[in-house]
Amino acid sequence: MPHIWCAGCGHGIVMGCLIRAIDRVGLDKNRTVIVSGIGCSSRAPGYMDFDTLHTTHGRALAFATGVKMANPSLNVIVIAGDGDLAAIGGNHLIHAARRNIRIATVCFDNSTYGMTSGQYSPMTPTGKFASTAPYGNIDRPFDLCELAKGAGATYVARGTTYHASLTVNLIAKALEHNGFAFVDVLSQCPTYYGRRNKLGGAVEMMKWYKDNAVPVQAARQSPEPLPPGRFMIGELFTVTAPEYTDEYAGVLERARERETRA
Amino acid sequence: MKRTEIRLAGEGGQGLILAGIILAEAAAVYDGANAVQTQSYGPESRGGASKAEVIISEDEIDYPKVNRPDILLVMSQLAHDKYIGDLRPGGTLIADTSNVTPRAPEGARVFELPLTDISVNTTGRAIAANIVALGALVAATGVVSKDAIEKAVAARVPAGTVEVNLRALNAGMEVVRRPATGSGDAH
Amino acid sequence: MVGAGGVRLMQGNEACVEGALAAGLRFFAGYPITPSTEIAELLAERLPQVGGAFIQMEDELASMGAVVGASLAGLKAMTATSGPGFSLKQENIGFAALAEVPCVIVDVQRVGPSTGMPTSPAQGDVMQARWGTHGDHPTVAFTPWSVSETFSLTVTCFNVAEELRTPVILLLDEVIGHMREKVVLPPPEAVTVVDRKKPAVPPGEGYSAYDPGDGDIPPLAAFGDGYRFHVTGLLHDRSGFPTNDPEEAAYLLNRICEKVERRRARLTMIESRDVHGADVVVVAYGCTARPASRAVRMAREAGIRAGLVRLITLWPFPREDVARLTAGARRILVPEMNLGQIVHEVESAVAGRIPVVHLGKVGGVLMTPEEIFEAVKGV
Repeated sequence: MPHIWCAGCGHGIVMGCLIRAIDRVGLDKNRTVIVSGIGCSSRAPGYMDFDTLHTTHGRALAFATGVKMANPSLNVIVIAGDGDLAAIGGNHLIHAARRNIRIATVCFDNSTYGMTSGQYSPMTPTGKFASTAPYGNIDRPFDLCELAKGAGATYVARGTTYHASLTVNLIAKALEHNGFAFVDVLSQCPTYYGRRNKLGGAVEMMKWYKDNAVPVQAARQSPEPLPPGRFMIGELFTVTAPEYTDEYAGVLERARERETRA
Repeated sequence: MKRTEIRLAGEGGQGLILAGIILAEAAAVYDGANAVQTQSYGPESRGGASKAEVIISEDEIDYPKVNRPDILLVMSQLAHDKYIGDLRPGGTLIADTSNVTPRAPEGARVFELPLTDISVNTTGRAIAANIVALGALVAATGVVSKDAIEKAVAARVPAGTVEVNLRALNAGMEVVRRPATGSGDAH
Repeated sequence: MVGAGGVRLMQGNEACVEGALAAGLRFFAGYPITPSTEIAELLAERLPQVGGAFIQMEDELASMGAVVGASLAGLKAMTATSGPGFSLKQENIGFAALAEVPCVIVDVQRVGPSTGMPTSPAQGDVMQARWGTHGDHPTVAFTPWSVSETFSLTVTCFNVAEELRTPVILLLDEVIGHMREKVVLPPPEAVTVVDRKKPAVPPGEGYSAYDPGDGDIPPLAAFGDGYRFHVTGLLHDRSGFPTNDPEEAAYLLNRICEKVERRRARLTMIESRDVHGADVVVVAYGCTARPASRAVRMAREAGIRAGLVRLITLWPFPREDVARLTAGARRILVPEMNLGQIVHEVESAVAGRIPVVHLGKVGGVLMTPEEIFEAVKGV
């Protein structure tokens, strides 16, 4: 199938991880809706055989919330890039997390706006270069996983395109999680982010993931904090909390009771 | 009945918008007339100026606002000072003398009534002054029937307060019909 | 309080809620904003009683997005807002227009621009209703002048949205939204309800959500029905997938606009009084039509041959009807609570044959009959 992704782009790997996770968990493709926003990653739903909704920039979680509330029996998955999710859609991310609505959200996190050719995103590290940061980026990036956790997400994990089989496991757990589940997947953009920052091609960028990722168990056992540039991968946080559409079922019940009494 | 324009004005929290709704409901739902009720209020949830307007007519009501009220109820000095000049010549002014020192224009029918004090004396609380005012307004003008206003009050006030509100309504009617010395002068 | 014969005193915003429920509303997403908030508050109570979904979203953009998502999942969906929120919703109203997702947007107009005067009426959003979102797109918008008509037009909004697979806008204003008025609601069985056309073929047998077949409006399956279809805000071909083919793109844009244009006669509702032989015809809509109606009576009592045209449909603009109903007039007066919006449509409708005079009022107070009467005398 023809697609829009450049040679070496990590997004095909992330999409492959998602498909394998869906297959592993055994989601019914007639009962699964994949929603995306705008950007390179957000074209992925168009390549997958489900009910798929390619929305406006940043708004995937808002549309997905409508789908899930209208029919809570559907499996709802959101795909979003880091610009889509953390910048223009940041408000929707924190509020979907706060509600703990059962939407599995996978961030295709390549630290840049690839579709508009390489501007800095909220995930571009300080000091890196971008077409809109020709003197180096002075913004500080988010830790998206900490943001999601702080906002109330009840499952938070991070993978990379290098750690594909781990990423499949993480997404599979997200799909099975009854609540807002967030998986940040680092995905290389050799065309813009890599080239502008002289990080080499796809292979070198994935090797960087390999060399700098620290499994969460190892990181937590170490008395030292992670050195700059290193990052944790794996299941970072999980907790059980009331899921939003389950709670809304309670609202329906209470409304019926009040009607009956009245 | 021709078009009758009524303005109820005072401060936020005095229940004037509720009084306007009750009056309009009495006319539309229970007397079978046409009625429109509008309101204006400031950005404050409590306090500030508050105004409710009601138009009652046998005919269709086109323009829904009140510019020259036939009946003006004022429950604060501020509302009195702001709106007294709008009263239609020969119109009816009802002033809550618990809060207002009225200066009525010549030719107006004026009812100076201590509505808030009557509410306190009748119900133990000032909060029913709006209902006392409705009683006085209906007794003074006959703009809706006694039966209709009673039904409308009973239907709108919180459950469990019907009896006390009907008492307040009746006290308002009584003070107009049989003004006690110094409390209800119709000029 | 329901009196004999089902008589009730009801706010415009309340009648909108009753109309929406009568039309089959099952999903509402909104964000608090004066003077539309009563609609959300009432639906927060009522929707759960009928098994529907209510959600207060984090902002106006999200509310409109959630409405589109819910509609694609098969529910009749609505949002309600006012000026500043209407601006924010435009992005996803455009999505709904292009992706052909039925939904209803209620805008209770207040004074703008920006935060403006939140509790005061205006009619400044009528052009935003038409052109608020970018790009060529169809617009259907109705504007009631009474509480009773708010009920019936809300039902109409849903029926048109479902039949045409398009967003439909109900333009209320602060006066109509907050005014309480006597209404008699029809019994549920007396309300005509239209539902969207569903696919005629079973899943797997060639359904496309964007192939209209012999007609001009494709049927719409719901997510989860098994049809597995793609919806996008990119220009798409008949399969629903993005296209850069200029012919397919032009075909789509023309089709979504023409599906409304082709039904113009049925969509345009207009009323008139005393226009035959009138020297001056007043063309008014929404809350302003009420003082205008009185002003026309005052003019006739004063011996001026005046008539009234009341626009119920604003978009598509009923230009043929306006031209026909004003054909014999020597002057047309267009009073509206803005500095000149619908007046330009009226001018365009009469194409310079009749002088058109605008009477604008801004500042947040409903126009009075006297103001319009004076203007009628003046023209």
